[in-house]
Amino acid sequence: MASLKDMRNQIGSVKATQKITKAMQMVAAAKLKRAQDAAENARPYAARMASVIANLAKGVGGDDAPKLLAGTGSTHNHLIVVSTADRGLCGGFNTQIARAAREHISALLAEGKNVRIITIGRKGYDQLKRQYADKIVQSFELAKVLNLDYAQPIADAILKEYEDGRADVVTLFFSQFKSVISQVPTAKPLIPAQVDETVADASGGAVYTYEPSEEDILETLLPRNLTVQILSSLLENNAGFYAAQMSAMDNATRNAGEMINALTLKYNRKRQAQITTELIEIIAGAEAL
Amino acid sequence: MADKLHVSLVTPEKELYSGYVDQVIAPGSEGEFGVLVNHAPFMTTLAEGTVTIIDGAKTIQYQVRGGFADVNAEGITILAEHASEYGEDVGTVH
Repeated sequence: MASLKDMRNQIGSVKATQKITKAMQMVAAAKLKRAQDAAENARPYAARMASVIANLAKGVGGDDAPKLLAGTGSTHNHLIVVSTADRGLCGGFNTQIARAAREHISALLAEGKNVRIITIGRKGYDQLKRQYADKIVQSFELAKVLNLDYAQPIADAILKEYEDGRADVVTLFFSQFKSVISQVPTAKPLIPAQVDETVADASGGAVYTYEPSEEDILETLLPRNLTVQILSSLLENNAGFYAAQMSAMDNATRNAGEMINALTLKYNRKRQAQITTELIEIIAGAEAL
Repeated sequence: MADKLHVSLVTPEKELYSGYVDQVIAPGSEGEFGVLVNHAPFMTTLAEGTVTIIDGAKTIQYQVRGGFADVNAEGITILAEHASEYGEDVGTVH
């Protein structure tokens, strides 16, 4: 049976925990704002890039299309890029991404495909290494500042796998930031490049002039597009992470509050029971005299 | 706004400039070019250099590195990997 002092200590420690989760929630909320702005600012660039590539892809078809756009024709070697956060305490955020990737990987393995994995973010690596340690070729940790310079080495690593013939299809797993309460684990095909067929033809039917040639532009554009896609997914991930952490910490703070109330009630009952017992003992003692 | 050209200058970090202007001069990989309204559809990669946006007497210059420009019926879109502003009103255009 816990003594009154034990209970006081327990309430104190829950209160301390609540203070921490509350602080983490506020920090996450502040960082979320910035991460969200960054993700939203990056969207126009990625969207323009996609529409430009869609326009170009219409013109360059058939056998002379760049391999990054059309694929190698084989689907045997798969490269899975799993992008998660570096840190936890964010509910099921990392687990959801890892689970989506794991389902995809086991489906591919069941078909007898060759799978290789690149992870971005420490948590994704930790979760996947248990099962697929031999398949992870490279893992990246997140940087403080997410910009093109950070995304470039990742894109280079993917391109190298691709050019060396170890990957035919590249799929990126990340969490799309829909809103503060909703982040959706998403699989995005990187190679062959995803071309949005529905993009409106902005040329108005007129013939485009290309400088240098269409093929040359696509050649430089596609690797760059890869970098930009990775960067935008990283930024989405980052915003999603803080949103998930904020709501996780909000829940934790509320749970701690409920726990403190329940404990305080129990503590007061016990204290009263003890006082009552003491009184009875005194009265009984006085009567016996 | 029929006689003005729509320009948007975008980097991965943010949209630096968007609006209607008179003329845009950009460093194409095969030579510097100027774009006025109703330019024929045209696309080029960009060399390192200066993008000049001219609107009336106002001139804004950006230093850009890497990227490409897409000119179509809607206007010009410059996608630059790195871009920074030189400062507004660099000089008055006569």
